Amino acid sequence: MHGISGRRLLLTDEAIAQAALDAGIGGAYAYPGTPSTEILEYIQQAPEARERGVHRLWSVNEKTALEEGLGHSYAGRRALVAMKHVGLNVAADPFVNAAITGVNGGLVLVVADDPSMHSSQNEQDSRFYAGFAGIPLLEPATQQEAYEMTRAAFDWSEQWKIPILIRIVTRLAHSRADVVTTPPIEPVRLELPQDPRQFVLLPANARRNYERLLDQQAVFQAHSEASPYNVRTGGRRRDRGVIAAGIAYNYLMEAFTDTGECPWPVLAIREYPLPAAAIARLAADVDSLLILEEGAPLIESRLRGLLPGGKPIHGRMDGTLPRSGELTPDGVSAALGLGRPKPAPVPTVVRPRPPMLCAGCPHADTYRFLKEFMADHPAGRVFADIGCYTLGALPPFEAISSCVDMGASITMAKGAADAGLTPAIAVIGDSTFTHSGLTGLLDAVMENTSMTVLILDNETTGMTGCQTSPATGRLERIIAGLGVDAAHLRVVIPLSKNHDKNLQVLREEAAYPGISVIISRRVCLQAVPKG
Amino acid sequence: MHYDLIIAGVGGQGILSIATVIGRAAVHQGLHLKQSEVHGMAQRGGAVSSHFRLSDGTIFSDLIPLASSDLILSMEPMEALRYRPWLKPEGWLVTNSVPIPSIADYPDPVRLQAALAEMPHRIVVDAVGLARAEKSPRSVNMAVLGAASPCMPFPEAVWEEAIREQFSRKGAEVVEANIRVFQAGRNEALRSADTPKKT
Repeated sequence: MHGISGRRLLLTDEAIAQAALDAGIGGAYAYPGTPSTEILEYIQQAPEARERGVHRLWSVNEKTALEEGLGHSYAGRRALVAMKHVGLNVAADPFVNAAITGVNGGLVLVVADDPSMHSSQNEQDSRFYAGFAGIPLLEPATQQEAYEMTRAAFDWSEQWKIPILIRIVTRLAHSRADVVTTPPIEPVRLELPQDPRQFVLLPANARRNYERLLDQQAVFQAHSEASPYNVRTGGRRRDRGVIAAGIAYNYLMEAFTDTGECPWPVLAIREYPLPAAAIARLAADVDSLLILEEGAPLIESRLRGLLPGGKPIHGRMDGTLPRSGELTPDGVSAALGLGRPKPAPVPTVVRPRPPMLCAGCPHADTYRFLKEFMADHPAGRVFADIGCYTLGALPPFEAISSCVDMGASITMAKGAADAGLTPAIAVIGDSTFTHSGLTGLLDAVMENTSMTVLILDNETTGMTGCQTSPATGRLERIIAGLGVDAAHLRVVIPLSKNHDKNLQVLREEAAYPGISVIISRRVCLQAVPKG
Repeated sequence: MHYDLIIAGVGGQGILSIATVIGRAAVHQGLHLKQSEVHGMAQRGGAVSSHFRLSDGTIFSDLIPLASSDLILSMEPMEALRYRPWLKPEGWLVTNSVPIPSIADYPDPVRLQAALAEMPHRIVVDAVGLARAEKSPRSVNMAVLGAASPCMPFPEAVWEEAIREQFSRKGAEVVEANIRVFQAGRNEALRSADTPKKT
């Protein structure tokens, strides 16, 4: 949505995407995942991406996305890679090693964390990953800052020849505000890497590169100490100092909206590695520290260290703020000891309304015949996966026993089958299957494990808003290619009129003492064009 | 000037397009805004809400603090009540009266009405009926927005402009239908007994 006077109303996800386009990227790679999905969605639809021939892809998973981004960088182009926090676990291998190779064209990785687990299995904090790999991290507090930091990150990535990680969180990713953009630059085209050893991580090269990375830490540290993103503001009181990282600063300042000034000194932190000297100066000036950070107590735990002594530190670890879940303006006000008006309670008539499968959803028809089958096999279990069909855990289906991580349905079913559990059924969507199910299915093929994989093929990546599914049009060939016996690769159409027929297919395949796959295929209702 | 509202409803009811229209109106007025959205699986028939903040100064938090929202604008009556802790004592609750009883333990209509009646500043409109009467049954959200519009700090002309922009690519007929439904909602609110001061 474009506003008057050149301002635009953008989600933070969109501001990052626009900044990447304005920074002259040649490619953008992502796997959809809430709350990061809108980054690549925006680039997919942006007219300037088309005009400039920006390569944009919903990759098969986060690992392939990051490696494609690294290859793009190798070839001298700038690349943006985006994923949700748990996606970085999938991409952890190239992530850590890309810090060792370094980059050529600017490589910026955006990871969207989900504290409070609105749409996720955990609330891991990606700031740990940046320190783990030894690369700089930026943590914007506003949409405008997300735009500016993304622009800067591409320059710094090329200057330091290192990937830069930008960490956002759900509340920022999915919040819209007016953003002022700056003029775009021409797409960047650099020479191929001059050092033939840079990307060849033989041990001898890797050791050399790692020493270089270690040497660079002082550069990153000095940059962070002087960064305009790590600034000290605030008032004259000295009984407390506040360290406010990323969007925690917004919740802090919300309490002082009227004056725009916090009575205590505030060190805002939005660039890492941590500005140790600035933190030490703040600590020297005040009697105690309050640490406000979204996600895990990363800064707090580092300041506390292991040994007793030093000034009192308050935060998530001493109960001043909740240890888990996202921060709120009210929680931060309470931590500051400020009074707030008492809210009215939620009226007792209000009942929880969890998400549910759409009326007519193909997954529901699959769960109906699966549930009827399982009723006859109480010793069996259904291992499910990540997608809308995870809602099969809730009434009225209550049909699944696990949902752990992308692809774990197949591998957990295999492990359970190996332990003698029977029937062992895996339930996985088509996009999740290509994301991380292929390798597990090959494990089962190797041993012809007695289990049945139900692939809920709705021909799209439904839960995140119907992105392209890499399985569409090639699923049977993929499965056959992995070595599943054609006689035990069945396709059913999940409609109520086929219920008995589908149940029979499941009975037959579950009775087969080897690996079998049933594709239950009907297109997602959300993906059907509306008339 | 600060003005905060929570837009509420059930996934699929079009609360994002309400938010977009308010966003356009805010841009016309030269106001800053922050608007949070719900994406992902929660949109699948679950409770959804959007925190919307308007100001002529700096807006810090993307979330509205408790007991400080000026308005709850809801597409569904039970969902309106879910966000009561955010409403300030003098704040308004504006909701569509037509329930979506998609859960097994949805409250019975008498108890729900009683809970709504406890809200001191409320406007409850049959937005579905209003949209149908204007032969634009998909514009229920514009009826609710119209009913809430007298509470909000925009002159009437700005709303029409914002709706025009929102629906212009769908053709003149859709634009006019949405404006009519918005007006019907607005008129209904202005007629009701405890209407706020007209802006």
